Amino acid sequence: MIWDTIFQPFAEFGFMRRALLGCIAISVGATPVGTFLMLRRMSLTGDAMAHAILPGAAVGFLVFGLSLIPMTIGGLTAGLLVALLSGFVTRMTILREDASLAAFYLISLAIGVLIVSTRGSNVDLMHVLFGTVLALDDATLILLCSISSFSLVTLSLLFRPLVLECADPQFLRSVSGLSAITHFTFLLLVVLNLVGGFHAIGTLMAVGVMILPATAARFWAVSIGGMIATAVAIAMISSLIGLLLSFHYSLPSGPAIILVNGIVYGMSVFLGPIGGLLTQTITQQQLKI
Amino acid sequence: MGWFSLGNYEPRGVLVHALRFNNLTLGYDHQPAIQRLDTEIAAGSLTAVVGPNGAGKSTLLKGVIGTLVPMEGSLALGSISRENIAYLPQQSDIDRSFPITVIDLVAMGLWKEIGPFGWLSTAQQSLVEKAIAAVGLSGFESRIIGSLSGGQMQRVLFARLLLQDAQLVLLDEPFNAIDTRTMTDLLKIITRWHGEGRTILAVLHNHDTVRTHFPQTLMIARELVAHGPTESVLTAENQFRARQMCEACAGPPHVCGRSVA
Repeated sequence: MIWDTIFQPFAEFGFMRRALLGCIAISVGATPVGTFLMLRRMSLTGDAMAHAILPGAAVGFLVFGLSLIPMTIGGLTAGLLVALLSGFVTRMTILREDASLAAFYLISLAIGVLIVSTRGSNVDLMHVLFGTVLALDDATLILLCSISSFSLVTLSLLFRPLVLECADPQFLRSVSGLSAITHFTFLLLVVLNLVGGFHAIGTLMAVGVMILPATAARFWAVSIGGMIATAVAIAMISSLIGLLLSFHYSLPSGPAIILVNGIVYGMSVFLGPIGGLLTQTITQQQLKI
Repeated sequence: MGWFSLGNYEPRGVLVHALRFNNLTLGYDHQPAIQRLDTEIAAGSLTAVVGPNGAGKSTLLKGVIGTLVPMEGSLALGSISRENIAYLPQQSDIDRSFPITVIDLVAMGLWKEIGPFGWLSTAQQSLVEKAIAAVGLSGFESRIIGSLSGGQMQRVLFARLLLQDAQLVLLDEPFNAIDTRTMTDLLKIITRWHGEGRTILAVLHNHDTVRTHFPQTLMIARELVAHGPTESVLTAENQFRARQMCEACAGPPHVCGRSVA
């Protein structure tokens, strides 16, 4: 029974093993980045960047078809362009980061929708939006694993400046010139992981793997390291369960994975020992007595 | 007479300055917040910067650390290099909800030594512990900063300043919303810095604190009111003048008094 439900799909079908590997790669790469996004109160930035990537990926797709390299390069270019332009406006003008990012990603999204609609409706375009995790080829798997390795190495090199940039940016600026570099490298990691993620679970769902496990982990760990470890574990287990649900009940895999993450998040909100609803209610009860 | 002639012709050894403001004008968006400030801060002095709200006190400190570029005039660091300045801003944009521990945040005061990648040596670790002990926070090392009170947080920031080991220390209203006991402890640290020959510039509001602990006072109200020994600066007459000068400058933005050109 357990064998049939959990192990048999992976033992029998190569595409399931590939899907699992792809999801693990995304979990390991994107979730730590998402943890920092959450801690920097930039959770919605991930969403904005996911939308910003769309026109680039769409252009790559419409010109070259469903091909890995053009879509990756297109997505990266669009994402980085939006990140750089909004960063430039934030640092040079009166506009705050959220406002300038919103402006540029909305423009980017409009261009994306325009391109998609003028070039007709193609069923393959659904791949861009919702991913193809059950049909990952070698090249895509290599890309996903490279991105998550690069992301992990860069994040560990950047760890101290990034923590300071989040906790006390003014101090970082006063002791070193790394502030801007840290910020833009971090945004590069966000874009890279989203571009990697959209091959597997689509542009709009990719941000879910990045943010949801991190927000859930906030309820289980106090330290940054603990949060990252918890978030990665949550993302991996959710991917496994999501893939199995998608296999047994013929559900679309991307949303299934995200929804399992969402359920974990929901449970964490209630049961999490760090500031979860249940703990807070118990503490309040104790205070009353 | 140009401002440039001032510093250069000073007889050597008479007065070593840490900071020299040469007819300095600082401001935001082309509106001066402090104008034509021309004075100098002696090396090793302990100076309180006082003045009404909107007098340009914080602006002045921002000019010293270099986040504001002079609109006019200049600012010369005497015996001190720019890396040797530690700055405690008034409203620190520290994210108190960020899960960083006291010891990790304090240890960042050693950034100059360890940089973005270096490990803490055993000696440096004990330095960090000493700094935490010096501000009376022993036992709080592994607490998350979100769990600290306002006073404890200010102690943490002072511990980090201790480790920065800077020759020029700039404090912007360090005792805002801090209880008397914490203030007394932190004043001891300031006095200790003064004894070690560091130059300290602190923006303060409480004149009693200034009178008892700060030998020098710089009173500004969008321009220089008075600068010198505290008892000669903190007079009722000067304070009245400062208030008037600031009130005269309140209201719609304009360039104060004489022409800036």
